[in-house]
Order: sequence, then C-alpha cells, then structure tokens
Amino acid sequence: MNGRLKSVGLALLAPAIAIVLSILVTTLVIAAVGSSPGEFWSTMFEVPKPRLRVDIVNQTAMIYIAAVAAAIGFRMGLFNIGLEGQYTIASFSAATFAGAAYLGGFANVAASLVVAMVVGAAWAGIAGVLRATRGVSEVISTIMLNAIAVTLVGYFLNNYGVKEGNSVHTKNLPSGTTLGGWSPFEDRDGDIWALAIVAVLVGVGFWALLNKTRFGFDLRASGQSESAALASGINPKRMIVISMMLSGAVAGLIWMPALFGGARNYGTSFQVGLGFLGIAVALLGRNRPIGMLFGALLFAFLSVKSNDLTFGTDVSPSIVQITQGVAVLAVVVTYEVVRRWRTRLEQRAVSRELTATTGATA
Amino acid sequence: MPSEVDAVQLRGIGKRFPGVVANHDVDVTIRPGTVHALIGENGAGKSTLMKILYGVQRPDDGTITIEGKQVVLKSPTEAIEAGVGMVFQHFMLADNLTVLENMVLGAEKLHGIGDGARTEIRRISERFGFDLDPDVLVEKLGVAARQRLEIAKVLYRGARIIILDEPTAVLVPQEVDALFENLRELKAAGNSVLFISHKLDEVLAIADDITVMRRGTTVGTADPATATKHELAELMVGSELPSPETEESTVTDTVQLSLSDVTLTDEFGRNLLTDLSLTIRRGEVLGIAGVEGNGQAELVETIMGMRIPTSGRIMLGDQDVTHWHTRQLREAGIGYIPEDRHRHGLLLDAPLWENRILGHQTRPPSSKGMWINRKGARKDTERIVADYDVRAPGIDTPSRALSGGNQQKLIVGREMSGDPVLLIASHPTRGVDVGAQAAIWDHIKRARRNGLAVLLVSADLDELIGLSDTIQVILRGRFVGTFDPSSVTPQDLGTAMTGGAA
Repeated sequence: MNGRLKSVGLALLAPAIAIVLSILVTTLVIAAVGSSPGEFWSTMFEVPKPRLRVDIVNQTAMIYIAAVAAAIGFRMGLFNIGLEGQYTIASFSAATFAGAAYLGGFANVAASLVVAMVVGAAWAGIAGVLRATRGVSEVISTIMLNAIAVTLVGYFLNNYGVKEGNSVHTKNLPSGTTLGGWSPFEDRDGDIWALAIVAVLVGVGFWALLNKTRFGFDLRASGQSESAALASGINPKRMIVISMMLSGAVAGLIWMPALFGGARNYGTSFQVGLGFLGIAVALLGRNRPIGMLFGALLFAFLSVKSNDLTFGTDVSPSIVQITQGVAVLAVVVTYEVVRRWRTRLEQRAVSRELTATTGATA
Repeated sequence: MPSEVDAVQLRGIGKRFPGVVANHDVDVTIRPGTVHALIGENGAGKSTLMKILYGVQRPDDGTITIEGKQVVLKSPTEAIEAGVGMVFQHFMLADNLTVLENMVLGAEKLHGIGDGARTEIRRISERFGFDLDPDVLVEKLGVAARQRLEIAKVLYRGARIIILDEPTAVLVPQEVDALFENLRELKAAGNSVLFISHKLDEVLAIADDITVMRRGTTVGTADPATATKHELAELMVGSELPSPETEESTVTDTVQLSLSDVTLTDEFGRNLLTDLSLTIRRGEVLGIAGVEGNGQAELVETIMGMRIPTSGRIMLGDQDVTHWHTRQLREAGIGYIPEDRHRHGLLLDAPLWENRILGHQTRPPSSKGMWINRKGARKDTERIVADYDVRAPGIDTPSRALSGGNQQKLIVGREMSGDPVLLIASHPTRGVDVGAQAAIWDHIKRARRNGLAVLLVSADLDELIGLSDTIQVILRGRFVGTFDPSSVTPQDLGTAMTGGAA
C-alpha cells in the first residue's frame, strides 16, 4: 500500500537527516580546529580490525541493554536518568556475590544475575516510590541516587575490597564461574562474551512485553495519555513503581557480560558511562527494539573505532563524542519536526475530506 | 449607533479540524466602547473563535473586519498590530521579573526599557485603576493583580480591542467586582472588550451585548437589559436538534446502582459533592442536569473509582463498591463514556484496534490471561466499526484522524461491548454531528430496553428530557430537584439549575 510505504519513508527521514547533520557538524568542528576531516573520516570508515570487531559486538551488547532499560521508562513517560547509578551498584553487588562463591558453576552465574537485577530494581524503586507517594520528580531523585550509588560503592570497595597494588577490587570470580565466550577470529583478537546473548534476550523480551502483554499495553497507554490510562482503570502509582523497578532490573544487567566475560571482578575494569550512553541510544532509536539496535551498533562502532584515531591521525578520539551528541540532538529535533509536518498533512487531508463530503456538518 | 464604525465584525467564520467541533457561519459584531460577552457551553467553539480573532489560527472561511478594515491575521503579532490583544486564562508572566520587565518583554521598542516605559506603565495603571507598581516582582503579586498586569500588557502594546478568556474563573467575588470596575474604565476610554464566559450572572452584570454560541456557531444575540438567566441558558443548550423521542418506560425493580449520602471533599476540605443519594434500576436512564462545573464531573469520577468518596456508600447491584478502583469497576461491568474523549477516552496516536482494548485490557476479547489478544481485539474492532458505523479508512488508522462523531461512535461501541450492567455516559453527544448524535441516542435507547442502567450527564436539556426516565438537577454539588421528563420543560430545568428564582 502506498500509505505504508510513505509512512516508512517518513520514519526513515528523521534518522537520515540526523546522521547527515552529525557528519556535517563533526566535519566542521575538525576543520575549525585545523585538522583534516578527510583523514578523520577515512580512518573512521576503514573496516575495523578483527580485535575491534569483537569489541564492537561486546560494546553493542552492553549499550543495547542500557538502551532497553532507558526505553522502558521512556515508553511510560518516566525519565530514568539513574541507569548509571543503578548498574554501578548492581554490578558491584553481583560481583561481590559471585566472588563470594556461595554456589558453584553455572548456578553462581545465574544467581549473580538475579542479584544484579534485584539490586538494580531496588535502587530504581526508591525513585519510583518517591515519585508515586511524594510526587518527587524521578529526574531529580535518580540523579541524586547516581551520586549516592557511586559514593556507596566506593566506600564499600575501599573498606572491604581486595587491595592489589594501588587498586582495589572485589574478590575474583571462582575459576569455575567465568564464562569466556566465542572467538570468531584468532585467540589474540579476544572473545565475544557469552553473556552478550543477554542483550538479545532483553531485546526480544522488551518487544514481547510491550506489544504482546497486558502490562506492556498499560505501560504504553500510560506513556501516551496519563488521563486516558487512569480512566481505563490503570493505577498510575503502581505503574510508576513497577516500570521504574523493571527499568532498574534491566539496568542491573548492563555490565554483566563484561563481568563474566573478561573483567572477573568489580574494580578498575568497571566501565562507567554506559548508562548515559544507553539514554542517548534510546533517544536515537526512538525506544523501538530495532531502532535501538542500530543506535547501539552506531555508538559502539564510533567509540571503539575512535581508538584508531590516536595512531593514524592528529584528531582527538573524543571528537566522536561530538558526533554522538549531535546525532542524538538532531534525531530528537528532526523527529519532532517530521511529526508536526505529518500531523499537518493529516489534518489537511481530513479537512479537505470534510469540506468535500459534507460542506458544513450540523 | 450607525455613525460609528464597529470595532470588530466577524462574518461567516468557519474552521474545520479533525475530531473537534468546527466553527461555522459565525457572525459577531462588537460595537466600539462596549463590553461584548460571548457565551456558550464548553466545546461550543468559543475558544476556536477567539484564537481566530487573535491570529493563533486562521479561519477556513469568512472575513474579519477590524475598525472598518478587512484584515487577514496570520499571527498574534499581526493581531496586536491591528489593535486586538488577548488575555489568556493561564497567565503568561515571568515570576522572577518585575512588573516593568514583564511589561516591556517583547515590546522593548515601544517605550524603551527604562523611565519611558515606567512612565507609560504608571499612566496606564492610573488611568484604569490597575494599581500596578512597575518595580515589584511578579511573584509577589496575587492572582487579581497578575490579571490586571496581563490586561495592562495588552494595552501597553496598543490594543484597543481586548479579549478576556474566562477572566473571572480564577477570581473571588470581590475581585470580580474590582475587575468589572476596571472594565468599565476601559470602556469609558473607548476600548472594546470581548468577554468570554459561561457564568450568566456575571455576563448580565457587565455586558452591553451578548452573543450566544452553540455547536460551533452563533445562535443568537441577547440584550442584557431584558434577558434573563434562563433565557440565556436555553439559548446555550438550545433545541435546534432533532429531539430524542421518549419511549415507554422499561424501568424494572432491580436496583443496579445506588449512592447513599456520598460526600467528596477536596484537599482544602471544601465539599465538591454533598450528601448525594440516587438509585438507578435496570432499564432506567437517570439524567443529571446542571450548569457546567456544579459537581457533575466529580460525581462521575467518584462512581468510576477515579476519586474515592470522603463518606457515604456506593452499591453496584448488591456489592459495596465504595472503595473499588476503576479497573475493578470496569471488570464488574460498568461502561464509561467520558466527558472529554480526547483526554479520557482515547489514545490519539494509537490505532483504532488498540483503542478498542483501552479500558478493557483485562477482559476478552482484548486479552487472554496476561497476554493481549491482538487477533480477538482486531476482529471485535471490525465488528464495532461495522455495527456502530464508525467511518474510518481501517482499524489501523490512528484515532486522531477520525472526526469527533466517529471517535465518539467508536467509544460508545467499545463501552457497550461485553454486556455492561451500567453505563456512565457523560455528555455522550457533545461535539458530534447530528447523524452521529441520533445514532448514539438509538444505541442508548436500545441498551436501555435490554435492561441496561444508565447515568446520563448532559448539558443538552433536550437530550436529557428525551432519554431520561428521571432527571436530577445538581447545583453546587447537591441535588436540588427531581423531575419527571414527561412533564418538565427546559425552562423548569433552567430555573432549578440556576438556583431557583429566575
């Protein structure tokens, strides 16, 4: 049908404009500081080496989990800015639990994942309960909880962690519970972590939850119109707490692939910033499972590939943060512009129809 | 006054939107130096009209003539240039700036931002009795002073025609009197005021001319010197439409819904509803008449579990449902046609079949256990679209694209699904065209014959008289009279609605 083709075209229009815009701005910035944009882009668009390809997949997985966690909140109209704190405290708890080796083998892995999810959910739940009972904006409370989480983890790590030279970390995982992964190239190129599969499960789960379940319907309805959701019998307070906790539970999983894949403990190897990347990718992918997958891949590609800049060019790797930032900003703006344009088209069409068929009604 | 040029002439104004009451054939004439009241029920098209006059929206048809010159207003800026200013119900002031700063914001070129502006503000303030100190922070001002500031802002920008959107809604009675003093001053200085309201007492107190709007068009004018409140009320609710015919009573003996002494208090301890008692039997339509804002919305929300009564008891059949939440009540078989379908009845960006699920998430055919039954919901949406004559390109169309009448038919169809035992219908035919109105009436009558109990809240007295078996009049949250629709006249109801003697 022509209409369907048109709506797909309109949907792709915004990301296309956003990408063109971010390439343009990045080029301008590089040129303005006196480096060569040509060199930058040729380095960036070079086919990545096998080691980097593995890295890109691993990073994509973690960013994608973070994006899904953010999207759960966004679809319901909640801004969970606290992913960062939620996955920090959840990762620390899970690493501590796994390191204590209460259980052996795979049971330890499974139980640690549960711990990560429960802790993430509980931490996010604080913001949910505050919002539902006291009306505290979740934006404010989750930002505060981020700071509290980082401080708390630092405190516990310093006092109860294993000291090794200058650094402190949690107890290493018992050897039986590391999962390794799958190396598609040579061994020295590294593994695609086994728990990267969590990203796939989370993505499919998110899709199914939103589109197939009653809960997902309630969540989307609340996000689209709070008043209509209330009138339809949805309890808004309950929805706020549950979806916040769900978002936090997924956030708890963000760093798990790395923990059981390569890191083996929570310490200097802990990767910060994934929570904020996830928020950006959720915006970029419009909270859609497939859209966020492309977003996560793009962001992982840019981040990993930027390492090459250090050797090949005189451009700072942090320039890709500008590309990423502009992409998100541009996508948000262009989506709104396209949406308004579309609404206007729609209204005009209906208006024309009304005039044609009835002249004036009533 | 034939020698004077009219301040504003609107002729044949029309405006169409998807899903909203359009303006059509609107004629308004505002004489210079007068207060002109524009009255009508919510949704009668007043706000669309004033947005057109203020350049926020452009009319599809008709002409605007301001002080003898025909104009096309593309934006508020152009409206202000033409001498038209507007004060919105929600003030647009920056709290952390002073009166002076708010005044000159965006109008810096007129009198500068310093002493020139200060002098001009003092002049306006003294001339009209606004009592504004240019150097006070706006956050220190009360509501009434903020409103005066908004009016002064409009005058400062050179407006001679001032639109006030329900200015008294935010004021206490003494402040209303003070505002009216200001308006008289404005009038004396040759300005014209377009006063939008549905409070008839106030309109009669201040207006020089009255224009009444109903269903998107101007239905008449009245002279405040001779008109009475209930003549105006009658004009507002009207009887131009095909009257819903009364049928034989189908009232049974089984009580479906009963409220006893239900009281609802707001967070300040004021009573929104006071000791309301009613019973609706199977096959009975109970109509609630009242002037907008007298507790109808609160009554409906209380029965629907969106508010929990402070005291009293609500029984559905023989179950005490006083503390039940909306979902439980819906599952128990209450259908709900909300007053504002855009806010409460639809997900505007979702397709029709998802809107079929809304409010029925927990029941077949919308769901199976914890899963959404996509197939079942889609099939049932097809049924509703066919049976209720919802005109839409398909069930994947977003509900936003439908006209108001078709949106409402979809809602009626949805709420009649799953054999409801009670229907709460709040203004079921507001903002829909005549065809859809007749269809909705038919559906309600048929359901009543099949033993449905209906609570009908409406501002349309003909609709109430035509459909109801009993009519209760609500005034300030209390029932003030019970009427038999077979003998009552709209005039009787109007008298009761406005509190007795008219």
